[in-house]
Order: sequence, then C-alpha cells, then structure tokens
Amino acid sequence: MVKKYALPVVLIALAFLFPLIDPLLEAVLGKSLLFSAIVIAVYVMLALGLNIVIGFAGLLDLGFVAFYALGAYVTGWLASSHFKQVSFSFLSAAPTETVSGNAVPGIHISFWIILVLAGAFTALCGIIIGAPTLRLRGDYLAIVTLGFGEIIPRFFQNGDDLGGFNLTNGTIGIKAIDSPGLPFLPDSLPAWQQFGTLNLNPWYYTILILVLITVYINIRLRDSRLGRAWISVREDETAAAAMGINPVTTKLWAYALGATFGGIAGAFYGAFIASIFPTSFSFNVSILVLCMVILGGMGNIYGVILGAIALQGLNFYLLPQINTWVHRIGDAVGSPLLSGADIPKYNFFIFGIILVLMMLLRPEGIIPNRQRQEELHSGDDDQSITDAARA
Amino acid sequence: MALLEVENMHSYYGNIHALRGVSLTVEEGEVVTLIGSNGAGKTTTLRSIHGVLPPKEGKVIFDGKEIQGTPAHDMISRGIAQSPEGRKIFSRMTVRENLEMGAYHRSDRDGIRTDMDRVFELFPRLQERIKQEAGTMSGGEQQMLAIGRALMSRPRLLLLDEPSMGLSPVLVERIFDIIREINAQGTTILLVEQNANVALEIATRGYVLETGAIVNSAPAAKLREDPKVREAYLGEI
Repeated sequence: MVKKYALPVVLIALAFLFPLIDPLLEAVLGKSLLFSAIVIAVYVMLALGLNIVIGFAGLLDLGFVAFYALGAYVTGWLASSHFKQVSFSFLSAAPTETVSGNAVPGIHISFWIILVLAGAFTALCGIIIGAPTLRLRGDYLAIVTLGFGEIIPRFFQNGDDLGGFNLTNGTIGIKAIDSPGLPFLPDSLPAWQQFGTLNLNPWYYTILILVLITVYINIRLRDSRLGRAWISVREDETAAAAMGINPVTTKLWAYALGATFGGIAGAFYGAFIASIFPTSFSFNVSILVLCMVILGGMGNIYGVILGAIALQGLNFYLLPQINTWVHRIGDAVGSPLLSGADIPKYNFFIFGIILVLMMLLRPEGIIPNRQRQEELHSGDDDQSITDAARA
Repeated sequence: MALLEVENMHSYYGNIHALRGVSLTVEEGEVVTLIGSNGAGKTTTLRSIHGVLPPKEGKVIFDGKEIQGTPAHDMISRGIAQSPEGRKIFSRMTVRENLEMGAYHRSDRDGIRTDMDRVFELFPRLQERIKQEAGTMSGGEQQMLAIGRALMSRPRLLLLDEPSMGLSPVLVERIFDIIREINAQGTTILLVEQNANVALEIATRGYVLETGAIVNSAPAAKLREDPKVREAYLGEI
C-alpha cells in the first residue's frame, strides 16, 4: 500500500516544489524553466483529455485542437474588451473602471467561472459534433474529426464579419485578455491578487492543480463502469451492445469528456498567453497531442503524462539546446551550414522519426496500458520476422 | 401465452430480402431450434429478434410486449441475452472480466456473485481459467465463456447462435449437455444450429428455415423422423 502511493506522492511533491527549485536550475542552465513548465502542463492536460477519447474509448480523433481553440476563445470572449458594444463585469480580477472613471468596455467575467463555462461549452460542442459522427467507425471518424479540427480555426479566422458582427476578430485575434486573480486575498500577496507576467508562480500552481484534477478524474473514469464500457466498445461494439451497453452514448461520453478537458486547457492557455490568434490552433497541435498519447502509451495515464513532458520538453529545451551545440560545432569546424542550422524548425520531422521508431520498437508506448499491450502483441503466431530474429 | 412470438418478420440487408415472413413461437421453458442450411437466414432471424438488424415488417412480441425495433443494447434489461455467432468474447479481458461484463446492467452484487458461481458450476473449466485472458483460451473454452457471459444477465430467453461452430465432436456433445442443463434450470432457449443432429436431440421443437422462410415446424422428435429433414439436414440418403 505504501509502495503503491510512494512514487505519485514524491512526484506531486516535486511538482509543487518546482518553483523553488527553478531558480537553482536557472543558475545552472542559464534560463528559467517555469514558463516552459506551464506550457508543458497545458499540454499534459490536453494529452490526458485526448487519452480519454483515444486511449480509453479507442476513437481516433484527429481534430482535438478544435476544443482547445474553442476553450481559448471562450476566455477571449468573456475576459477582454473584444465585445465593445457591451460593458459587463462579474467578479473579475481585472479593473472594472478605466482611468477616467468609465466602465471598462467588453465582458469581464472571473477567470475561475470561465474555466467552468469553457468546459461546459466545449462539452456541449463535443456532443453536438459527436452525436451524428460517432455512429461512424474507425477511419471514417478520424476523417470527420480531422475536418472538424480544420473548420474551427478557419471559422475563427473568418469570423470577424458574420453578417456585420465581429465574433472572432479574424486573423488579428483577441488581444489583452484579462489576467486571472484571487482579489479577495490580502494585499501582502499581490502576485496572487492578479496574476502577472513577472511572477509566474500563480500560473504554475493553477495549471498544476488543474492537471492534478484531470489526473484524478482520469483515474476514476478508467476504473469506473463507464471505463469498462469503453474497453468493451473498443474491443467489439456488437458484443458490447449485447451486454446492454449503448455504444453511441458510451462513445459520446468519451468524446464530450475529452472535449471538456481540451476546452479547460484552452481557456487557461488563452488567459496565460493573453492574446489568441487562429494560427495558434493549427492541425499541428492535434498531431502533437496525438503523438504524446501514442508515445507515452495509449490508455496509460502516467505514460501519457510522460509522453507530453517528453515531447514538449524536446520542443522547449532539448531542440534549442541541440541547436546551440550544433552551432558551436559549426563554428569550431568552420562550417557555415552547421553554424547557421535551425534545428527547432525540424521539430515535426524529429517527432515523425520518433513516432516511426516507437511504432517499430515499442508500439504500445513508453508505459503501456495492459489491455493495449495485448492488443498489439496478441498472438505469438503472427510474430513478425524481425521479432522472431531478435528472439 | 408464448414467451416469444415472431409474426411475419421481414428483414433486409440493403436490397436483399433476407427474411420473407418468418413466424415462430417459443413457449416458456422450451428449447426451440432453428435448423437450415448455410444462408437460409438462421442467424439473420436471431439478429432481427435481438435488434441488431431491425425487421422492416412484422412483429416480435416478448412477454406480451412488442419489441421489434428496440435496439440491441436494450434487450438485456428486457430479459433477452445472446451468445452471438463467432463467440465475440472480449478477448483482451480476463475470464472474470468477461463474466462481469455479462452482468453490466445489473447492480445487485450478491446476485451477480451467485450467478457467477452458477456459471462456474456449469463450466468448471472457466473457474480454473478465471484470471486468464479470454483470447488465449481454446475455441471450446471461449464458447463456454460466451454462453456463461450471456447467463450472467440471468436472462429469461437465451439466444444461442451456432454453439457447435468449430468445436470437436466431443466438445459439441459436452456443450449441448450443458445447454440442456441450463434449460433444466429454467432458462428458455432459442437455438440456431447447423448441426441439426445434436440440436434436434436436445430441442423440444424445431423450425426448418429455407431461403428466408419457415418451411416446416414440428416437435423435435418428429422432425428427426421426417424423411425430408433426414435427407437434407441429418446427412442421410
């Protein structure tokens, strides 16, 4: 019992102490990792959301970015001066009056309420999109979700003139999004009263808690009746129906729950980045999150977290680092090709190679899910020649 | 009143008229078998009753209520369980997990436990393999699991589709003994079977299906004597 909880407790404690460790790391590495850690945590949340859809229910969703984008735009709509026609504030940490004493234009709702609203809104979107499409199986669903993931950013890009109404501000995006805050806290904690860009700790702890909640719900879902129903639908829809499981509703739950976490992650990201553009929500994001889930191990919560940290860590830290090394080598040997190389530009190329290698060597992911592993390795008789040779 | 009554049921696969007015009845406590050659519509009949392939025309009356058009996943709570053709067990779940799936719609823990014990009594082999992945078991064991899983819902009517498929003659014999035992414990059974010999041995009554229509029906003993049936389905000249 103690052993079972030891590792998670240590990891959670480390995660909470990270802002204290970060200055030390900064001294050694020459740069703070806190910003990267926050973005990585957002991706952990996205990956955990997608894990419900892909890992638990076995639905290949190639348009997950849509929910991320919808969540971010909910924050944009409800916590900025975008809708100048109205002036409405509700429990917002941002100032409600301008310097001249007029009410601030736009809608300004408390970030904490927006998190809930964004989750509810994206769940609703998930149901609206899922209800007709989840009757499709396999490849067809992937194609429909792919289309959906493309349509939503397009919609945001072109939504600046919907019959004269500017919903999304087009390619310019929504800027100056309010910072969240806890205004009721004492004045001795100004960084917490309103989150700023100088002190990132409040942001970090907020997303950390959101991630922990997501992990907890993931674990509960995995072990629930619904979790069992997902596994059975994944294995055989007809047999699952014969057990009294409605395959469409079961899949719809997965889709809506995944969408909720995608939306909440997006809502946080919108507030954190403070300005959102349609181009931030490209197809690449869907694929990146998908890579995280596959790399870590579909269906395994810890694997997925590790996959997200590994890939985003690669993006944020390792690739720039390798870049500097390559430049140094280039300078040393006098090769302009190497000293001018832009390694981070090739990140998707590198992800691609990693994925191909993973599929060849360990298709079940770094930390596999028990059932998934059997799905990929079942039947020794269909062992490939390379496997046989290795054995 | 019969437990199950099918009246003039027509079903289609796209444009193909697969069932052309099938009518049959199953009385409480009976074992009724549907025999017929490949492609006669035996499995289609079960699928149509079970809601996997909703009939276009006709009535399915179970326990006095019309159930045609009810989706398959609602059948189990009405008391109809199916052990589908090709077994369709959850091959990556363990034996225990498969049986638990059979009781998915139930929440009475004690009752589930009792029924699991009952399944293990019928199939001691399953108890030996309780923690084994279902997909790694032999064909006969998988068939036992499929039947056991269907029993876990404590059905009033059990639909069995080709339980003898792919099994050795000895195993077929054993499975059919158990089916008889299940029936003796009070479960009504509608059995679709290509192996007419064994099916007619345990059945109360039988229906003969030919190209989507019932061509003959009689008590099983009578069908076994019927020269036409003997020639066509029992392998005698």
